[in-house]
Amino acid sequence: MDFGPYLVLAVLEGSVQAAVLALTAVGLSLVFGVMRVVNVAHGEFFMLGAVAAWAIAQSFAGHPAVGFIAALVFAPLLVGLIATGADMVILKRLGYDPENTIVATIGMLYIIQQLTLMTYGPDARPVPPPFNTRLSIPWFEWGDGGLALVWPWGLSTTSYKLAVIAAAAVILVALWLAISRTRAGLIMRATQQDREMAQAFGMPVAWVNALVFGLGAGLAALAAVLIVPIQQAHYLMGEEPLLLSFIVVIIGGLGSLAGTVAAAILIGMSDGIISVFFSPTLAKILSTLLVAMVLVFRPQGLFGHPPR
Amino acid sequence: MSARSRTLALHGAVVAAILALHFILPDYHHGILARTMVLAVYAMAYNVMFGYTGLLSLGHALFFAAGMYGMGLSSIHLGFSPGPAIVCGVAAAFAVSLIVGILALRTSGVALMIVTLMFAQAGWYLVLYFGEYTRGDEGFVIPRAARMLAGFDLADASNRYIAALVLFAFGLVVTLKAVESRFGRVLVAIRENEERARMLGYDVFRYKLGAVVLSGTLSGLAGACYGILFGYVGATFASVQYSILPLLWVLLGGASTVLGPFVGTYFMTYLIDISSAYTTAYMLVAGVVLVVLTLFARQGIMGEVRRRLIPWLP
Amino acid sequence: MAAVNLLATKGLTRTFGGLVAVDRVDFAVPRGQVRALIGPNGAGKTTLVGMLCGRIAATSGAITFDGRDITELPAHRRIAMGMAYTFQVTSIFARLSLRENVALAVRRCGRLDERQVERKVAEALSRVRLTEPADQMAGDLSYGHQRLLEIAMGIAQEPQLLILDEPTQGLADSEIEGFNALIRSMAGATTIVLIEHNMDVVMETADYITVLNFGEILAEGKPQAIRADAAVQAAYLGSA
Repeated sequence: MDFGPYLVLAVLEGSVQAAVLALTAVGLSLVFGVMRVVNVAHGEFFMLGAVAAWAIAQSFAGHPAVGFIAALVFAPLLVGLIATGADMVILKRLGYDPENTIVATIGMLYIIQQLTLMTYGPDARPVPPPFNTRLSIPWFEWGDGGLALVWPWGLSTTSYKLAVIAAAAVILVALWLAISRTRAGLIMRATQQDREMAQAFGMPVAWVNALVFGLGAGLAALAAVLIVPIQQAHYLMGEEPLLLSFIVVIIGGLGSLAGTVAAAILIGMSDGIISVFFSPTLAKILSTLLVAMVLVFRPQGLFGHPPR
Repeated sequence: MSARSRTLALHGAVVAAILALHFILPDYHHGILARTMVLAVYAMAYNVMFGYTGLLSLGHALFFAAGMYGMGLSSIHLGFSPGPAIVCGVAAAFAVSLIVGILALRTSGVALMIVTLMFAQAGWYLVLYFGEYTRGDEGFVIPRAARMLAGFDLADASNRYIAALVLFAFGLVVTLKAVESRFGRVLVAIRENEERARMLGYDVFRYKLGAVVLSGTLSGLAGACYGILFGYVGATFASVQYSILPLLWVLLGGASTVLGPFVGTYFMTYLIDISSAYTTAYMLVAGVVLVVLTLFARQGIMGEVRRRLIPWLP
Repeated sequence: MAAVNLLATKGLTRTFGGLVAVDRVDFAVPRGQVRALIGPNGAGKTTLVGMLCGRIAATSGAITFDGRDITELPAHRRIAMGMAYTFQVTSIFARLSLRENVALAVRRCGRLDERQVERKVAEALSRVRLTEPADQMAGDLSYGHQRLLEIAMGIAQEPQLLILDEPTQGLADSEIEGFNALIRSMAGATTIVLIEHNMDVVMETADYITVLNFGEILAEGKPQAIRADAAVQAAYLGSA
């Protein structure tokens, strides 16, 4: 393949990665923005979503789409419920002290991961996609007769991958509308701006915390359900999305939704593209160092404005 | 008895007791104690930063691994004997902690945790990326011939125990000295009220940097010694798990106590060892302990001992 | 050359966003003087001393201390040159003993052995008339006594310039008398800048008074002159 078609392929793979990453990272960002909690167990909620999707899809016979749609609905709900419970039992009792909550979420990470290993086991298991048509992509080439349309071998994607990108975009827009246009969103933003004031105005801050923590985890689970027909469900699959979400949330500016999405696209694409042309490990080295440097020299993120 | 001599007596008694155990313990427990002593030095190093200075790092595996790989790579590829190889490892950890300290200490709190985590992740990926030299995840073995230190074969369990005890005693002396010195008192002052310490005229950044470098270099010494004593160097020791473990040990044993890190490491090593006999999911224990400690026992074991029994415990 | 003024500012200004907190202030304190800094709330007093000791960066202007331009020096370097600062809102090491609180102040000032440190700690504690056992936790003290501990940490540094930000707030009357006596006993040897709301304390202790209003110096003079100044009365005393 020439360079051009190769790049198109890398961009496509990068877009799928970016779409899923944006969903996961927005969940992490929301939890940090509203609750000021750095949730190290976020990747494990992603993993739980994938494993739950496998379990749900398993229990439905017939067309794969039936099981998949059930997973799409129930897996995030289930994971969100578990996270809400964890918030009420653990984090709330710590008074959301930053250091204690980080240590506690590290503990939760191991508990969730190891319990999954004990029950689900160490195997990677696939979930069949609801539809999966192979789509070839054309490429332009200067030939003898001028510009010609060619179909390079290997330059293709699937209908499911395109659907993942579309679904992530729809969910993100819906989330944005919910936060900016609904009463629940208003309460969330009020809590984010000034927790004590919100409490003084009689807003149920404890419930907001529990639900936001559930919502954040649910978004990670939703992202996992979308990706699990492409990757497989495995008990260690939470590590990478956790690290990438951290990178994205920090580069995008902690707690900023638009910045997070922009950074997800940047990181998802560049990670995909660097990984195709160089080594995935090198991409990781560069992005972790980038994050460290951003935090050291530009703590408001690459897209944020400096605080006055 | 003066405060100084009773402190010496207590810690001397601990070292003497461990020496006595050398002649009594059955092989299995003998081996665990040897390993625990080396890892306890790592935990003590972590405690200098976390317990005494109040700086929570999530990336100490970077320093541990810098020491281990500095030792291992110079031993395997440059043919260094154990002494120079360990020096090489310690120097690597010193350099890495100095650079990380200068950068990371521009941040504080949550940002500091994430910056240290990211540096450590980058270090881990570096080990994997240069797999040609490091053998990546698989790691490499230090041959027995390269583990002869001053005529002692460190591959021998008995020699290894004594070497670990010497290292452990050294770690105790260093932390005790540091904690009771003027320097250590200022670190505690910074932990308690950084702005007040600054307005008493202390250069807070330099003290914190001193804490990071002392902690990182001592971690590197533990890493280098772990590699040479147990004859293996691998990427696991650079992974995030080895950044979390010292935090776990120190929290369990009691932050800002000199003996706490050892106690925590010892208990945790047994807990994990016992549970791994029953399940592959042995890290579940670590998770549960972390959550339970943050919820119910912020002081840790030796912190409780200090609160209830021995108020002068350093 | 021994400058007459230990401390001087020239055109010192600090803005927060659009708000000018301190506006081109020229402020000079001769060696050995006890200078009171008064003015209504929000007049810029704490911002001004914050710039003097380096907690707050100046937007523009210059500060000289002991004959040296210190405008760019970080706080700890200024303290090392012989300034001491006590916080407006009590800031002590609550979980450390009284002894350790003061010892931290003493130890910074030079290489002393622990016996000498111990002696200086006892001296500082007795000068502020803190009688609690020295191994008590500082956080267990009453608020007023925490203020006294704060002052003890200031004088234990044996500074050339001692900056006190509302030191008598929360003190009982008898303790205020003790404070006045302490300041008078230091006068001449130590230069003192004192932010104070209690006018009795000001009149009792100050050699000279600077009145700040809206970030500018409204008036300066001896206590009697300030008491008689109509503009000051209108801006400040009149409301008291």
